Amino acid sequence: MVRFLIRRILLGLLVLFLVSVAVFYMFFKLNSSGPASVASRICGKQCNAQQIRAIEERLHLTDPLPQQYWYFLFGYPGEESPNGIPVNHGLLHGDLGYSYINQQSVNSILKDAFPITLSLAIGAAVLWLFMGLASGIWSAIRPRSLLDRTFTFTALFFYSMPTFVLGLVLLLLLYYQLTIHGVSWFPAQGYVAFTDNPASWAQHLLLPWFTLAAVTSAAYTRLTRGSMLDVLGEDYIRTARAKGLTERRVVFRHGLRAALTPIVTQFGIDFGTLLGGAIITERVFGLPGLGFQAVRAITSNDLPIIIGVVVIATTAIVIANLIVDILYAVLDPRVRLH
Amino acid sequence: MTIGDIVSATPVSEEGPLAVGPEGAKKIEGRSPWKLAFERLRRDRAAIISLVVIFLIVLMAIIAPVFKHLTGHPPNQQYFDIGLTQDGLPRPPNGTFLLGTDDLGRDILVRIAYGARISLLVGVVATFLTVSIGTIIGLAAGYFGKIVDTILSRLIDVMLSIPFLLFAISLASIYHAGLKIVIIVLAIFSWSSVARIVRGQVLSIREREYVEAARSIGSGPWRIMIIDILPNVIAPIIVYTTLLIPVTIVGEATLSFLGVGVQPPTADWGDMIAEAQNNYHAWWFIVFPSIALLIATLAFNIFGDGVRDAFDPRSDRLFS
Repeated sequence: MVRFLIRRILLGLLVLFLVSVAVFYMFFKLNSSGPASVASRICGKQCNAQQIRAIEERLHLTDPLPQQYWYFLFGYPGEESPNGIPVNHGLLHGDLGYSYINQQSVNSILKDAFPITLSLAIGAAVLWLFMGLASGIWSAIRPRSLLDRTFTFTALFFYSMPTFVLGLVLLLLLYYQLTIHGVSWFPAQGYVAFTDNPASWAQHLLLPWFTLAAVTSAAYTRLTRGSMLDVLGEDYIRTARAKGLTERRVVFRHGLRAALTPIVTQFGIDFGTLLGGAIITERVFGLPGLGFQAVRAITSNDLPIIIGVVVIATTAIVIANLIVDILYAVLDPRVRLH
Repeated sequence: MTIGDIVSATPVSEEGPLAVGPEGAKKIEGRSPWKLAFERLRRDRAAIISLVVIFLIVLMAIIAPVFKHLTGHPPNQQYFDIGLTQDGLPRPPNGTFLLGTDDLGRDILVRIAYGARISLLVGVVATFLTVSIGTIIGLAAGYFGKIVDTILSRLIDVMLSIPFLLFAISLASIYHAGLKIVIIVLAIFSWSSVARIVRGQVLSIREREYVEAARSIGSGPWRIMIIDILPNVIAPIIVYTTLLIPVTIVGEATLSFLGVGVQPPTADWGDMIAEAQNNYHAWWFIVFPSIALLIATLAFNIFGDGVRDAFDPRSDRLFS
């Protein structure tokens, strides 16, 4: 177990290293616009060559790549805050640096964005687990019934639905059409913090939750149904029925418990991926979460923010995978971690 | 599912006693797993209907210029006079513009037809590229084993823990996206799951006698992989390929939707939907490209499910 954990954590760190190096490489080496253009964009249109060079120097844009990566990890050299501009202390000191565009601290940008992504992810996850498990179990109890066919077709329908299509169609129907008829239940855009106003928080997130849950739950319906059908055919289920247990107890206690393993795996991966930002849902509904910030940073070449989101997203995926593997051993005693 | 399972699950009666039965008895034809799978697919009504729909979409893409000639509207022609209302808003569906116009007064019907070209082209080419890369890496990892397998497996692990969309958007935006970049980006980030499947399959058959035999007559590793092993892992690859096409089509549309895919003014479904975003008053502007995209992915998914079922009848059928 300890060896397993150490190995996985080392592998996770390797992934983080490779991914962050890849982002550095992409944005510095391959970027056809080059450091000069990054600097001139930061500076604005009315900049002369000297000012651009000053910015390049301040952000070390012309330094060799490994050195820049070193700064990213261990911080920039030199004294604290020359002419009022804060200095990056490096990732190893918990500092992700400052936005190239407006000198805002990346830490604070991400700290503001994360609760939004988290709110979206948790609400959607509750909804999709409920929808997916309920419809999947129901289908498995009565396979090939009309209900089963309805559920499975609905699942296929939403599985085929691109997230942004569902989001926009919901906005068209439930925001625009309702609003022009005088009913404004759903706002189109924006986010209200839970601590400010829980009701308004839920109201702003209702459509995003449903959008994300509907497109995700389809896979869970499928997985639950298949897994439950397998399990319900086992001998010990017949034994449980034979000794006179109620059907409810057979299905939930004996059946679902054993069928849960693949669902837990899928959930861990999906949820971990989501914590790094639900890019499309956040864009469609104007929620300034991690994914939203990342896309904005990518289109403006704001490397510190991009790499910040990438670090968080990758960490979330790595940790989720680790938790899934551990849960696997907890749920199924036959599994040994090595 | 392995080929071995499929073969053992299918009654192959090539030289069974019935085949050499008495004169006049109906001779039973030996049927290959391929033929059986094909016949099962042919009896599958949902799969056949979706195949017809796919053909219709392909047809629409091929004859897109016919739409242009019949309506007289080139896909990128902006009709500021007849295509927009006096207030400069899109026109609803009417006799001249059957599916209405967009915010620049372009014909939505013609643009949907041309958009099908991009979707299908990217869907098929990127999937083919993905599956090719994944198959080669999966074959190598499974066949060579040892250090090669360790390195390639770790590579697959790393690729699977990358935040896919974030990287795809970064790459596409750096390279000032075009069709080629979109295809390459989609392939780079999806080959790993194919490789994992192929590797597992290869591991299960590389110790079989016929592989041993091929090795003993001096066949080289790549010859064994391509001639002896590949044909026996091709069924899951085909199933995965058909199910990957709709995923790729959505991926392409998503990149376009986020503004890092195929660049305007090229007619593209994802891009059309993105442009429709703030035009809720013109429902046709959002609805028709969305329906086109949804029909395409739905048809490919139903067909893919049928293919899976045809190759592995025991797999429980979900979408019937």
